Formats: sequence, C-alpha cells, structure tokens
Amino acid sequence: MAMLAPSAIILGVFVLYPLGRAVWLGQQRCDNFGNNCQSQGFGQYLDIFRSTEFQNALLVTFKFALISVPLGLLLGVGLAMLADKYLRGVGVFRAVFSSTVATSVAVASLMWLYLLQPSIGALANVSWFNSLFPSVKDPGWLQDPGTALTAVALSSVWAGLGFTFILVTAGLQSVPRDLYEAAAVDGAGNVRRFWSITVPMLGPTLLFVLIVLTTRAFQTYGEVDLLTGGGPQPQDSTTTITYFVYGQNSPISNDAGLQAGAAVLLFLVLLVLSALQLRGIGRRVHYGN
Amino acid sequence: MATDLATRTSTDDDAPALMREASRRRSFDEATGWRRVGRYTLLAVVSFIVLFPIYTTIVAAFKPSDQFFERPLVPGPYTFEVIKEAWTTGNLDRYLLNSLVVATIVTVCQVVSAVLAAYAFAFLKFPGRNVFFVLFLATLLVPLEATLVVNFDTVDGLGWANSYVGLAVPFLATAFGVFLMRQVFMSFPRDLRDAARIDGVGHLGFLWYIAVPLVRPTLGALALFGFLGSWNQYLWPNLIVNQADMNTVQSGLRVLSRSNLDAPNLVMAGTVIAAVPVAIALLLFQRQLVRGLTAGAVKG
Repeated sequence: MAMLAPSAIILGVFVLYPLGRAVWLGQQRCDNFGNNCQSQGFGQYLDIFRSTEFQNALLVTFKFALISVPLGLLLGVGLAMLADKYLRGVGVFRAVFSSTVATSVAVASLMWLYLLQPSIGALANVSWFNSLFPSVKDPGWLQDPGTALTAVALSSVWAGLGFTFILVTAGLQSVPRDLYEAAAVDGAGNVRRFWSITVPMLGPTLLFVLIVLTTRAFQTYGEVDLLTGGGPQPQDSTTTITYFVYGQNSPISNDAGLQAGAAVLLFLVLLVLSALQLRGIGRRVHYGN
Repeated sequence: MATDLATRTSTDDDAPALMREASRRRSFDEATGWRRVGRYTLLAVVSFIVLFPIYTTIVAAFKPSDQFFERPLVPGPYTFEVIKEAWTTGNLDRYLLNSLVVATIVTVCQVVSAVLAAYAFAFLKFPGRNVFFVLFLATLLVPLEATLVVNFDTVDGLGWANSYVGLAVPFLATAFGVFLMRQVFMSFPRDLRDAARIDGVGHLGFLWYIAVPLVRPTLGALALFGFLGSWNQYLWPNLIVNQADMNTVQSGLRVLSRSNLDAPNLVMAGTVIAAVPVAIALLLFQRQLVRGLTAGAVKG
C-alpha cells in the first residue's frame, strides 16, 4: 500500500479532486480565486453551454479539429509511405520528417508567427510570394477572419507531423513484407495493396493517432495564445474552448465558477468524442495475434 | 542507424534476420532508373517544405537587425549578436535553468512513483486493488485543461506559486507511467518473484536488484517522456508564474515574443536557443522516443 501512496496522492489531489471540485464550482458564480461563491444550481451548465460565447468556442474547436485532424493524419501517413521505400539514405529523410517532434508548442507557434506576420513576417517580405498571395501582407492570414483558423491549424498540423510520422512508420514496419509480395504475385496493384493490406494492418495505429490528434485539437491553447490571441476580433474566430477558459481576453477570466463549468464541459465533449471514435471505428479495427 | 528515428526496436539484436529482411525488401521495393530519380526528387521537395519554417527561423536568428527585413529567405550576412542578446536580455539562461530543474524533478518523481505503484498492482494483493486500479485508469480520461482551474487554486493556496515545487507538483505522477510499467512487470515469469522470495529477498530488494535492471529500456522511454512533457508544458507555467525570473523556457518565450513585437529576429533567436537542447536530447535518445510513442499505441 505504501508503494501506491505517492502516485495515489498526486493523482488524487491534482486530477480527481480538481475534477470533482470543478464539477461543483461549475454551478457557482465566484471571483477569480474561487472565493465568494454563490450557488446557481446545476442548470448553470446548460446556461454556459447555450451561451453564444461557448457555442462559438465549440464551433471554432470543431472546425479546427475538422481541418487539423484529417490533414495531420493524411500527411503523416503520406510521409511515412514515402519514406518506407527502400532507398539509399532514406534515414536522412526519416530524420527530417520526424524533426518537428522536437518543437514545443511555443517554439512551433513562434516560428509560424514569424512566417505569417503581415508586415514584418518572412513570407510578407518575399516579393514573388507576395504578388502570388497579396492577402499575406494585407490583411495577413492571421488577421483575416476567413483564414486565421486555417493558418493556426496549419501550424498545429506541422508541429504534430513528426509524432504521426514516427508512429505510422513504426506501424508500417511491422507489416510483414510477404503480404505485399503475395498480393503482388496475385496481381494486386499499388492501390489495391494499400487499401487491402496497409490500411487494415495499420488499423490500431491509425485509431490511436486519430484519438490523440482529436484530443489534442480540442486542447489547443498555446497556438491560439501566441498566434492570434483568440482573434481576429470581434468574431473571436480562433477562440477554442481551452482558450475560452484560460485565455487572457476571455470574458469569463474573472469568474472561477464559469471557468470551471466550461472546463468540465470540455471534458464531457472529449469523453463523448473518444467514445464515439472507439465504438464507431474501433469495432472495425483488427488487432492481430 | 544514427539518423534513423523510426527503426524497429524489437528485433534489433536479431542481426541475421534483419539483414535477410533488408535484402528481401531491397529486391521487392527497390526502384531503378527514372523511378528512383523521381522518388528522390519527391522526398527532397517534401523535406524542403517540412523544414521550411525551421529554415526561415534559423536564417532570421543569425541576421543583423538592420538588414533583417530584406530578403528573408536568403541567409547572411551572419552575426551572433542577436543570439547573445536573446540569451542575456531575454533571460533565456535563467529560463533554461528553471525548465531543467523542473523537468528533472518531474522526471525522477514520475519514474519512481510509477515503478512503485506498478509493482504494487502487478505483484501485491491488497484490499481495494481493483478499485484503485479503476481510479488510476479514470485519471487517463481527464484532460489537463479540466483540472488546472482548481489546481491553480490549490497550489496558490499552498503558497507554491512562482516556485519550482509549484511548477512541478501537478505532474509528479502519471497513470500512463503506472500502466506502462505494470504491463512490463506482468510479463515477468511468476517463478522470478518466487525464487527471489525463497532466497529471502524482500519487495524493495526484488524491485531494486532484479526488476528495475530488467525494465531499464522501458524506464528510459518513460523518463524521456516525463522530461519532454514537463519541458514542453505551456499552459501551467503561464498560469502559476507571474514573477519574471520563475518563467520556464516556454512561458519565457511568450514573454520574449510579447515584449519584442517589432524585433522578430530577436524572438527567432530565442526560439532557436529554446529548441536546440530538445533537438540534441531527441537525437541522443531517439530509440527511447520511438519505444515510448509506440508503447501507447500497442493494443489500443
């Protein structure tokens, strides 16, 4: 029992207790230290959920996930397939494709901030790029409500590429080569081999990556904080749920009760999504031996 | 091998089989002539795109401030001054130290707590074991973001804001680590523990002299992940630190970026300084990285 104590205490005090307390706080209105709370009843969760601010954040987060998850998965698998072929020096390319795993959220976001800033950024000062895409300078992709979320998602996809690449590559290498040879002998072409061998054999890996990428998309905070600050205003085009809870400019940043409530709703949304993915896709995934 | 981040890990010691497999792959996969040229070209183009943000960052970090806005894609003239400036005025030396201290505390505690708890779950019978196990399992479902509102309150209330303890304490144990280690312990033959017991070795002795040496590869992966997770943590330091000298590298970069909006080359220099230690660490420990990443994916 004593061996269990360190983990149990930390997980209890910093994961389970805060979740329980957040559920309780979520039905109260407080000041920003969680003091002077007044109970509003659990109907407050519905009020938060229905509020235009939360609905906007939910929509933004879903859009963000719908851009970043499929794109990240597609590019990760594409890169892994590209580097899985036998070629001299392919290890160098593997290292390149894995490289973004070394960037933290702050590092990756600041790199992209410099790339995309309208007047002092890198792309805005490349004249041929500028004449090709005038909007990179005016108003700037991060400042235009139409493109800001996509730009943030792109930076996030880039940062996650190394992770997906490494996992899919490991998955590809565990596919027995004989399967491909046998299929080739039977006359299956590249496309057929991809859908009939690669995809099913990668099933567990792809499902895992899908769930991790989705969870990460719903937890996006750093990219938004550094690239757009939740803006462009007044549409709050990039205010994700996490940024809505913790962001500096958030309308609820002075009320621990509302923050806790929104955070609990984030937890519930993620729970439902993961369950749906596991049930919907997990059932069709084949776990070998 | 040294540059190959994603080699298989399980059959490393089975050299003849590996070579046989390699030669077979070669005969089946190898492209010749124009196909081969095409493949290299494609790989090179894609590499260029992937590396592009890193390239522009490095170009910017080594350019003098007065020539900075001209031709951002062309490197040179080179200067080391901006890096120096970021190091001193940006306080990055202090922030790197803070991150190192916090990440080391987190890593050591995560590994120790995970090994102990995993041992208890794998080898001991005690009342409530299943209840505890389910509770541990449940913590995996709780996103960090759902707990930090209250954790801020707790840590601040303990007077640990702006301290190493405060930065580290929510992350000192992870259920992921416990499960990873438990999985490995469960694969031990039953006889191993029994033989040790007959020889009069207690739990801690067994753990220290027999179990830990056997699971060292997994421990390495767990340690690397603990370190990276702590080092890359962004939201928590932003919440719990409001005293400039207690920033970690990540929250420090935020400060640097906010206070130098007109000097992106200075910010890029800071970004390079912050990224280099992690890049080196990952090059050194790429095997542990792949093992840790794939450990999560096995059997969903």
